[in-house]
Amino acid sequence: MPPPSRQSASASVGAVRRAFAPWADPDAKPLIRFENVTKRFGEAVAVDHLTLDIFEGEFFCLLGPSGCGKTTLMRMLAGFEFPTEGVITLAGQSLEGVPPYRRPVNMMFQSYALFPHMSVEKNIAFGLRQDGLPKSEILDRVGEMLRLVQLEKLAKRYPSQLSGGQRQRVALARALAKRPKVLLLDEPLGALDKKLREETQFELMDIQHELGMTFVVVTHDQEEAMTMADRIAVMDHGRIVQVATPGEIYEQPKTRFIAEFVGDVNILEGHVQGQENGLWHVKSPSAEMPLTIDDPDEVLHSGQAVAIAVRPEKMVVQREKPGPEAVNVLTGEVWDIGYLGDWTVYRIRLETGEILRVSCANVSRFVESPIDWDEQVYVTFAPGAAVILAE
Amino acid sequence: MKERSFTKRLTSGLVPAIPYLWLGVFFLVPFLIVFKISLSDPAIAQPPYKPVFEWSDITGFFSALDVENFELLTQDDLYFRATLSSVRIAAISTILLLLVGFPIAYGMARAPERHRSLLVALVILPFWTSFLIRIYAWIAILKPEGLLTQALTGMGLISEPLDILNTEWAVYIGIVYAYLPFMVLPLYATLEKMDDTLLEAALDLGSTPWRSFWTITVPLAMPGIIAGSLLCFIPAVGEFVIPDLLGGSETLMIGRQLWSEFFSNRDWPLASAVAILLLIVLVLPIVIYRDVEARRMETRP
Repeated sequence: MPPPSRQSASASVGAVRRAFAPWADPDAKPLIRFENVTKRFGEAVAVDHLTLDIFEGEFFCLLGPSGCGKTTLMRMLAGFEFPTEGVITLAGQSLEGVPPYRRPVNMMFQSYALFPHMSVEKNIAFGLRQDGLPKSEILDRVGEMLRLVQLEKLAKRYPSQLSGGQRQRVALARALAKRPKVLLLDEPLGALDKKLREETQFELMDIQHELGMTFVVVTHDQEEAMTMADRIAVMDHGRIVQVATPGEIYEQPKTRFIAEFVGDVNILEGHVQGQENGLWHVKSPSAEMPLTIDDPDEVLHSGQAVAIAVRPEKMVVQREKPGPEAVNVLTGEVWDIGYLGDWTVYRIRLETGEILRVSCANVSRFVESPIDWDEQVYVTFAPGAAVILAE
Repeated sequence: MKERSFTKRLTSGLVPAIPYLWLGVFFLVPFLIVFKISLSDPAIAQPPYKPVFEWSDITGFFSALDVENFELLTQDDLYFRATLSSVRIAAISTILLLLVGFPIAYGMARAPERHRSLLVALVILPFWTSFLIRIYAWIAILKPEGLLTQALTGMGLISEPLDILNTEWAVYIGIVYAYLPFMVLPLYATLEKMDDTLLEAALDLGSTPWRSFWTITVPLAMPGIIAGSLLCFIPAVGEFVIPDLLGGSETLMIGRQLWSEFFSNRDWPLASAVAILLLIVLVLPIVIYRDVEARRMETRP
């Protein structure tokens, strides 16, 4: 099966096609705008000259390792911290000096921060009561929120009588009750177990879609960000490294940091030899022949040191030697095999000592003479499967 | 093996018994003696009451007991007024203690963690000096030519000497000063445990800092507020030293009444009756507190 060698014009990045893409529209006005925002705590710089637009109705994820400044960014949006420099605007209005209780923004806290001395109902009604809404309206809105998160039966309970998942729902309902322009979610699923986390991811997406609200989520879990977000901003050391759709982040990472932080990746180092028919040739010590890479957007010059990033599932491992016309052939021996049920992961040791990770979907239940430990194998990948990252 | 289980059973039986043993020897027995004296009549003798318990005449002993002293307490309104005045002074003092103690405890709970244990130590520090001496020191501060008057005239705030000593105000100052640690420490203990993100959540939901204080901080600090208030109110009702030294002859308090019945009038039975009355007055708030606590636990396990 020859893999497609070039990206066709109709191809979209990643498997998901998106009709909603205000960020691609040059006339669209962002709902939230960070303009050259810096936040320092004493000597430490938490957020460093950051500029970012978030659009209305977006499900936006701030993704990064701990200490990258994503939480500080969110707390500045909520009003718990104020920028040292720069301006944050919401719907065209500057948030400078606006305290948290005057912002049309609500937050769901990582610890949920439910009021322990109030029942579920009272917790949800808290924000509405601050607005001085009439009692009947508060009652209606609380009922509506309880239905939304399916907690009608637990309205009279106290937080200490709820399970972790139920508390998470109460926190969500409380933050949604005031119908804020923007809902901030700080590691919303961090405290849930894996099964519940997956279910809740889709529920959050449904709720966001139903209410048409703008969600800004902070997370360190790339899988969570990939599943839920319209766009992801990957942060590192107080800066945004890339803002893009999950597909672009995964398939066209801008830097090696992103490629390695989001998902698994194999990195092959090499030097550019030249370009031919739009395909780059890169000489790498890992392969006998120069590698052929289809990454037309990169601007490179001969002799430049580059890293080639290939995702494990885009590599093929085989026992038979590929024909002479095949490109991107690496040879090695099987170092380790991990059977995960849906996937089998091979760790292949190249002659240079590098270990490649190749994953293979288990599409059939029975395999005729499967690849074994210590076997001599060939690993190949299509020119379009790899991304060139300038060093 | 058998021996070990025996000692184990012995210790597991004895350990819970320790508080009961202590309370039995140092509270229940003395209480029964006081109760017995309160039912006796005064006498010019040693001890100054009769009847004195004798095995030979148990029926005579019991028939001599009566509730005359308690009747006297209800007839002479001095005791009622003294009790009322004590409760009033203790209640006002407790409110003042809350007003002074809460900001201190709040500030301590907000202080950087490395400073907190030092602050706690400083709050307890006055206990290193005798209570009596510290109250005497207040006389030197509050008397008309004392330090307070000198300081305020020096600053030009007053021209006449302050006449605080020997008024109820001096009693309030004395009680607030002496009892402050008993208010601050329980408050600090609850405030320190409070999760700051709860306040952030309240602010985020549109509640101003002032409202958040009343809707979140105060309700969550309630166990500390109640504990601190009881720790201050109960001993303040029976306080004798502070009103005696600072309050002058005008300040009416049940503790002083008890003292004068006992030492000036040498009417031990009446003094014992006053002591029993005081106990009843003080047990009431504790029972109410326990009831409230129990109901709170019921709704929120």
